[in-house]
Amino acid sequence: MRDESLHPCNDQVPIISVRNLGTRFGRNWVLRNLDLEIERGEMVALVGGSGSGKTTLLRQIDGLLIPTEGEVRIFGESLFGGGILRERAIRRRFGVLFQQGALFSALNVYDNVAFPLRELKLLDEGMIHDLVMLKLAMVELLPQHAALMPAELSGGMIKRVSLARALALEPELLLLDEPTAGLDPDRSDSFVRLICGLGAELGLTVVFVTHDLDTLAALATKVAVLAEQRILAYGALREVMQMDHPFIHNFFHSERAARALNAAALTTKA
Amino acid sequence: MKPGRRFVRRAGIASTEQNGGAVATLSGTWTLAVVGREIDALNAELAALAKRAGTSWDCTGIEAFDSAGALLLWRTWGRRLPGAISLRPEHRRIFERLAAADQCPAPAGEPRLSYAWIRKLGDGAFKLQAHLVDFVALTGQVALNLVYLCRHPAELPRREISANLFKAGVRAMPVTALVGWLIGVVLSYLSSLQLRQFGADVFIINILGLGIIRELGPLLVAILIAGRTGSAMTAQLGVMRVTEEIDALNVMGVQRSLRLIFPKVAALAVVMPLLVVWTTAAALLGGMLAAQIQLDISAPFFFQTLPKAVPIGNVWIALSKGLVFGIAVALVACHFGMRVKPNTESLSANTTSSVVTAITVVILLDAVFAIVTRNVGLA
Repeated sequence: MRDESLHPCNDQVPIISVRNLGTRFGRNWVLRNLDLEIERGEMVALVGGSGSGKTTLLRQIDGLLIPTEGEVRIFGESLFGGGILRERAIRRRFGVLFQQGALFSALNVYDNVAFPLRELKLLDEGMIHDLVMLKLAMVELLPQHAALMPAELSGGMIKRVSLARALALEPELLLLDEPTAGLDPDRSDSFVRLICGLGAELGLTVVFVTHDLDTLAALATKVAVLAEQRILAYGALREVMQMDHPFIHNFFHSERAARALNAAALTTKA
Repeated sequence: MKPGRRFVRRAGIASTEQNGGAVATLSGTWTLAVVGREIDALNAELAALAKRAGTSWDCTGIEAFDSAGALLLWRTWGRRLPGAISLRPEHRRIFERLAAADQCPAPAGEPRLSYAWIRKLGDGAFKLQAHLVDFVALTGQVALNLVYLCRHPAELPRREISANLFKAGVRAMPVTALVGWLIGVVLSYLSSLQLRQFGADVFIINILGLGIIRELGPLLVAILIAGRTGSAMTAQLGVMRVTEEIDALNVMGVQRSLRLIFPKVAALAVVMPLLVVWTTAAALLGGMLAAQIQLDISAPFFFQTLPKAVPIGNVWIALSKGLVFGIAVALVACHFGMRVKPNTESLSANTTSSVVTAITVVILLDAVFAIVTRNVGLA
């Protein structure tokens, strides 16, 4: 049982499948009758107005929040109900990047990235050291950054370290909450490029919440639009933009949006 | 899929002999999750193969590969690709990354110093000095605030002071009364056992009166408040520093010492003498009860004798102790709160230091009081 959960033999199962999901806070339904299926290898942008429940949905996918109704399957299985070992085995197959980084402030960069590897309790320190240094190099940090404390890092570096930590266990799926929020355009561009490159190289499936059209246009292969408590549209950016709905119109066809999307189209052509 | 044929992924190694050398054929899944489970066995098998000269490696059969699997091979190969190797092109990239990571120079560690303990001692001395300088500066700042407020009474932070009075004073009343009452009972009970042996029953009033009013009451309250309110003040200021709220206040032109520190000091200066009275009363009531049960000393008699046994000077000493202890606890709490660095470790360390230091300072001040007031209030 356990072996199978660690190593999927069936790649046809959608990596995330959300069925008939509903979430209620108090008497207020945030999400209702929400369905979403994400295939392996996609880079999915989750967009929606503020307060539309994007982060709530993401927190339900990664199992931090249990839905009021409906179910979330990740790698074809439910996180809950199979005991703590099974849950842990599934959790080790996806990485999460939190909006503020959520680095452990009492540990330095090295120990932050080494933490999930040490938790495995399988590897020796030499192996862990090499892996941590490799992950830091992958997110374009230098070895001397390893000794810094999170409080000494800039916003961009916090994101990178936190990405290195999310990648430590070689996940198949990466969940990002506002990956470029709080970064200047330059840093945000280079961070997006980094995620793009790593995603392609490691064959990751990436799901990210964003407000930023530049990020969306550069990263996403598919877009899921969250409005009216459900997924209003899910598909390639071009298809989604065709839809006639006030929110989609506002979001994608404003002057600012047109500028960002045109710029992105130009860079892809070049 | 039939249950018996459940497919288990694993890392495979097979070796064959071919014109003089061994050929190691690697196959299956070389990922962290798979490799991690049988790392020792794999390591031993790989090392045995790598030791033989002229082994050629065939890695084209590897289906899933990640940096952990690659690293395992990389380490057995002595951190370089062996001469005879066939590799899928997409896997070569992983080894390139590993080679690149090796290229980066390891950061130089701190040079080891001989006589490290001298350095530690010196560091400690400087740290202590920094603490003292900061503390004096903080005290001076609060004094300046007081002067400023005398000139501009409209700027008195009334809301903050009243909030602190409520939190540190009113909310502390149940616990201080309970602890005081229990201490009174215990003290009275234990003393009465001794006094009865000498037939000196009446002196229970002297012991309780002097001991509780002059010494125990103020000390007890100060220790309780250091633990209860001091720690809360340190943690609050600390978190406000971490979340940059203090910087936000500064930017808006609000003096942080006037708005955050002064109200805390002022509130404790007001509330501590009151709490001393309250706790002392509770302790005396407890003591009186125990004395009545143990020694048959009635409450009216206790009340009549108390003023004769305890000169009024002691009450003034107790009140001034309350005032001084309150100011000290608040200043120490604020001092450590302002030193919190933005990480959880620093917050917990400073909160601990705040409580420990506040209690130590209170006991030191109590000793000073004992010396200074040795001629006051003792019949």
